[in-house]
Amino acid sequence: MFTRTEQHLLNDWQRDFPLDPRPYARMAEQLGISEAEVIDALETLKKQRAISRVGAVVKPGTIGASTLAAMAVPGERLEDVAEWVSAYDEVNHNYERDHRFNLWFVITASDADALNNVLAVIGDESGLPVMSLPLVEAYHIDLGFDLNFPHQEPEAQP
Amino acid sequence: MNASLPIALVDDLDRRLLFQLEPGLPLAPRPYAEIGNAIGVDESEVIDRLGRLIQAGVIRRFGVVVRHHEVGYGANAMVVWDVPDAVMADAVGVLTANSGVTLCYQRPRRLPDWPYNLFAMIHGTSEETVRAQIADLRAQVPLSGLVHDVLFSRRRFKQTGACYRPRLSLPEKREVA
Repeated sequence: MFTRTEQHLLNDWQRDFPLDPRPYARMAEQLGISEAEVIDALETLKKQRAISRVGAVVKPGTIGASTLAAMAVPGERLEDVAEWVSAYDEVNHNYERDHRFNLWFVITASDADALNNVLAVIGDESGLPVMSLPLVEAYHIDLGFDLNFPHQEPEAQP
Repeated sequence: MNASLPIALVDDLDRRLLFQLEPGLPLAPRPYAEIGNAIGVDESEVIDRLGRLIQAGVIRRFGVVVRHHEVGYGANAMVVWDVPDAVMADAVGVLTANSGVTLCYQRPRRLPDWPYNLFAMIHGTSEETVRAQIADLRAQVPLSGLVHDVLFSRRRFKQTGACYRPRLSLPEKREVA
């Protein structure tokens, strides 16, 4: 379903993206294609929603405040509550999970006051308790994710 | 590793740079120059600062951000344990050594509703493979003796990058169905 070029673009630059004035040209050199082809392929992957962006994953707590929040929402209200929780810019992940606490979302904001305000407004609006579980310690640095494409041949060793 | 860094490590210009990057690096030949134009610094300053923020661990990863679900990893579970302080380090050791665990966090308990304080995210191609990975983890000391729970994701209502930019106004009250 992904071309060989797409597989490399998905897998090989999840970290250590080139910090070079022409990063896509540096990637192109490694893949043996043109800079324009790299840019086009990344645009296609973005349109297909296979990638969300090329960018920075920031360590929680360094440039603002964040928390993981959970709610136990009655089944018949779940879709409605989820929809307006998602409408907040501060909410960046929002999942249904199979548990009594069935709605889980991450909130990020510029500071603790702004974060607490969003938590309070969501609680007030829904009339439901919002459980906030801010990070105490992160143990596993997100190093990206080996997609393990089955037909990806090992690179020749020099 | 410690969750907090000295505030002085991230200055106002770093913040503007990170905010500007939130929608993603432009897919254009000189992306760092474009970011620099938007915040009033030159290309080399953008590149230097990004390198420094990566080095300092403020940016924990810089690159292609893949949407797991769309590339074939459709199953994900959040697995949570109630871990006594005395075995926390050992439990963390088991989880972080496992290649199936993508993220591992300690968070507060909220008694009596929520007794769990250690969280691990596991992604897989199917629920079956994720369950096998969880069984593998649960066979290992000290996790084998601890109370746990598994929360598979069902509907995904929203998945975007974090947005730390300050808002111009506070969120307004809305009518809820």
